[in-house]
Amino acid sequence: MSKYLVNLKINNMPIAVEEGTTILEAAKKLNFRIPTLCNHPDLTVAGNCRVCVVEVKGARLLAAACATPVSEGMEVLTNSEKVRIARKHIVELLLAEHNADCTKCFKNGHCELQDLSGEYRIGDHVFLDLVKPSSKIQDISSPSIVKDDSKCIRCQRCVRTCTELQGVSALGVVNKGDHQRISTFLNKPLHEVVCTNCGQCINRCPTGALTERNYIEEVWNALYNPSKFVVVQTAPATRIALGEDLGIQVGERVTGKMVAALKKLGFNKVLDTDFTADLTIMEEGTELLTRLKKALVDKDEKVVLPMMTSCSPGWIKFQEHMYPELLDNLSTCKSPQQMFGAVAKTYYADKINIKAQDMIVVSIMPCVAKKFECERPEMRDSGYQDVDYVLTTRELAMMIKQAGIDFDKLEDEHYDSILGESTGAAVIFGATGGVMEAALRTAYEIVTGREVPFTNLNIKPVRGMEGIKEASIKIKSVKPEWSFLEGVELNVAIAHGLANARKLMEKVRSGEASYHFIEIMGCPGGCLGGGGQPIPTSPEIRKKRAEAIYSEDLEMVIRKSHENPEVAEIYREFLGEPLGHKSHDLLHTHYKVRKRY
Amino acid sequence: MENNLKKVDIIFEIDEKQSPLAILEKTVKRPADEIILDLIDSGLKGRGGAGFPTGLKWKFTRNEDSEVKYVICNADEGEPGTFKDREIIDRVPEKIFAGMAICGFVIGAKEGYIYLRGEYNFLLKNLQKKLDEFNAGMKKTGIDFTIYIKSGSGAYVCGEESALFESMEGKRGEPRNKPPYPTVAGYNSKPTVINNVETLVYTTMICHMGPERFKALGTKDSRGSKVFSVSGDTPISGIYELELGMPLNEFVDGFGDGDTKAVQVGGASGHCVPRKKFNDTIIGFEGIPTGGSMMIFNSSRSMYNVLHDYLEFFTEESCGQCTPCRVGCQQLLKGIEAVKRGERPPAYLDDLKKLTATMKIAAKCGLGQSVGNPFNSIIDNFREEIIY
Ligand SMILES: Cc1cc2nc3c(=O)[nH]c(=O)nc-3n(C[C@H](O)[C@H](O)[C@H](O)COP(=O)(O)O)c2cc1C
Ligand code: SF4
Ligand code: SF4
Ligand code: SF4
Ligand code: SF4
Ligand code: FES
Repeated sequence: MSKYLVNLKINNMPIAVEEGTTILEAAKKLNFRIPTLCNHPDLTVAGNCRVCVVEVKGARLLAAACATPVSEGMEVLTNSEKVRIARKHIVELLLAEHNADCTKCFKNGHCELQDLSGEYRIGDHVFLDLVKPSSKIQDISSPSIVKDDSKCIRCQRCVRTCTELQGVSALGVVNKGDHQRISTFLNKPLHEVVCTNCGQCINRCPTGALTERNYIEEVWNALYNPSKFVVVQTAPATRIALGEDLGIQVGERVTGKMVAALKKLGFNKVLDTDFTADLTIMEEGTELLTRLKKALVDKDEKVVLPMMTSCSPGWIKFQEHMYPELLDNLSTCKSPQQMFGAVAKTYYADKINIKAQDMIVVSIMPCVAKKFECERPEMRDSGYQDVDYVLTTRELAMMIKQAGIDFDKLEDEHYDSILGESTGAAVIFGATGGVMEAALRTAYEIVTGREVPFTNLNIKPVRGMEGIKEASIKIKSVKPEWSFLEGVELNVAIAHGLANARKLMEKVRSGEASYHFIEIMGCPGGCLGGGGQPIPTSPEIRKKRAEAIYSEDLEMVIRKSHENPEVAEIYREFLGEPLGHKSHDLLHTHYKVRKRY
Repeated sequence: MENNLKKVDIIFEIDEKQSPLAILEKTVKRPADEIILDLIDSGLKGRGGAGFPTGLKWKFTRNEDSEVKYVICNADEGEPGTFKDREIIDRVPEKIFAGMAICGFVIGAKEGYIYLRGEYNFLLKNLQKKLDEFNAGMKKTGIDFTIYIKSGSGAYVCGEESALFESMEGKRGEPRNKPPYPTVAGYNSKPTVINNVETLVYTTMICHMGPERFKALGTKDSRGSKVFSVSGDTPISGIYELELGMPLNEFVDGFGDGDTKAVQVGGASGHCVPRKKFNDTIIGFEGIPTGGSMMIFNSSRSMYNVLHDYLEFFTEESCGQCTPCRVGCQQLLKGIEAVKRGERPPAYLDDLKKLTATMKIAAKCGLGQSVGNPFNSIIDNFREEIIY
């Protein structure tokens, strides 16, 4: 159904746009930028900050451009005297409530409110200061997130994120009037509520009110400590986004530069989480095949299907709170980050002759939930905390800047060996559908001896940004030892963003769908849209990052996890076989039932 | 009340010969369009504050194409100094029900809701009893309409129609963006007529007595009569139904205590009229409209305290979502305190007046938009009282 065109004028320039277009969108088409704060491309319209107000000729009120659809014959002024005065007032009012100590703020230089007040050069402080001393007490209960109400402008982007995208509703608006604020259930600390630590709210907070717990100083201290051997691992999705915070355009891969920068920062070894992503595929793929065998051949009633991936710690905590009855569906595999930590402080430490207690493992992650994950008591299988510090992609960019490294000019360097080799299958872990695709590439080949029947290994049906994806693969001409899978139609499903995960879980719980394998990533788009990735985020940005990931995959020499030579080596030298005794001790974990409130 | 004020008896009039249910039965036999024409002809405008022509509101909603539509009676009466809806609910509830059912017939709705102010829960038992009888009566006569009561959340802003819908839907009572308007997307995003208690009673009565008797009252822009809640420095506070369009001096002659210095017309969000302007102020849509509240202040009152109370009220009752209102209200309140204490110069009041101009055009709903009414009218007329 094609939509009507609506004719209007913006700043006296005529334009025709589709019915339902907002004034904000129409103005953008004419290259008039209208400032916004509460508006976000991923979220429903709120229209509460009011900085986007514009004048509509003949109307008594100014219109919020983000919330007002165009109408025929409308004449809009985006910078009239009335508009300017109102907009300036609104920014002044926001600042009156705001603890504007920019120089000490983590968001300094990356803050939408700061940018806006900079544009309006608000220096004369007409209005009274209203910052409540109590609002300055930060909530630092969570190992992932810091909440600072004194920097909150009540735009509710976080609330909409947590509800609309994540289906968690850990944050909500409480009280009214001058006491209105963003809070949790019963005003409890974030660590004690259903917050999954996904960090999506951080990615959409326009100010410094929600930020990651940063561990930059701790990591510098470790690097400067001569008695410590500091190794760093980098997650798949960091290499396609780090550049955004360092002046490089969205969608440009910076793998080699990132490695070079990490070496310059002084890490003793620069290794790759992609290696343990491949390892994850070996373990998880085997786990899936084992479960299928138990279910189909042994008719074991205890075996639980569908199996669900477990690499996304925000998703894991979500499941522990929301669907504890489905915890047995989760793969017991640790996330690649935690597999890495456990292997680094055992196998690797031995190989390079470093005592585990002298080793510090730092992760560079697109994620803030991983900060929580590394502190879970289950994650100490090496005898020490397996991963010591988790930095977000953003924090790494800050360290690179602090060190005075001219990132753009760096020559590409390679990961150290061992634990630095990886495959295309590992890289695509960073995109929604990637783990599924990597697992299928390997599992199909194990079972049939042939490559997956998709052109160039690209399993297109599991790719893309649709919230929930489903696919079926018919398994044919299997090897004799897998004969029970002959002719089986393998049903898989993929969800990203926890609101979609919830929808899928409801289907599973009600028995409406019968899948064998489900991939869930806690963040929209998968890790490439993780809570620790450069800000801003939007559907377009995530699309470009995904393209970068898939092009990295295409360029890799090896594109199937089971062909990673270092993976073969670790099984030969140390682990034995997937799901073996050592694997069980180091690479697998268990989950915990958590309360819903 | 020995004066020119014309007392009217429409709202509370009890006609022994024709019950509200009978009026309803009679009315639904007429073509819906004719009823709308009568309402438009009567000149009835909404009595909840905004004054939108009721006949048009019904017409727009009738014209919407939707299986499901709703009629909602706004009984959230929270404006300080207003207590007329309470009296109407208590004394003539059947007339409200009849108005809702007529509206349902006209627009094509099968469900009606009364959103009753939380503080009026003491009226609930009696109201529910009368409602059950009325619902049963409608059922018996084959009128396919059912009315329910929803208890309010206790926030003033929930009287604002879109916040009221949010609240009814179980969400936080925050006003919505407009458009869409309720006639297109109201409760549950369906076309909805929302009317004030008093408005609905007038619709019943206009259907009963025809538009002529109503039209004969009032002025060109303010047809008919209205129920006033008179309070403050008056020996005869209470509820009075009076003809619209009266000059304020006549009102003061009738209700004042002989020492009236100002009248706050329209409650906290209304305008303050000082004595010197009584003679040329008309109470009605062409002059100063009111949802019913008339607060009379004599010379013993401090207008600083009056304004301070109002601003405290708005500072607390703002839903807090939009910047101009949430922060603006606090600035106005803290601002007059600062001027009073000498921490800011008197000229700061002019900065604050400019701020109210922004609030008036940039706030998201009527609450924030109208805080400037009491602020400016009190500052302009009683500036010395605020400063010294
Ligand atoms: C803050 C605020 C509070 C309001 N409270 C009420 C109320 O208590 N009762 C009411 O009828 N209308 C109230 N209104 C007006 C309603 O939004 C709406 O205009 C009215 O219910 C429409 O009915 P009417 O056309 O019959 O007047 C309020 C408006 C605002 C902005
Ligand atoms: S949130 Fe923004 S404006 Fe506020 S202190 Fe931080 S950088 Fe400055
Ligand atoms: S981190 Fe995720 S779950 Fe926690 S409050 Fe933010 S959006 Fe909600
Ligand atoms: S915490 Fe951030 S996103 Fe949430 S309301 Fe405050 S400023 Fe907006
Ligand atoms: S004007 Fe006030 S009450 Fe209305 S939406 Fe804004 S903050 Fe809420
Ligand atoms: S961006 Fe439009 S109101 Fe906030």
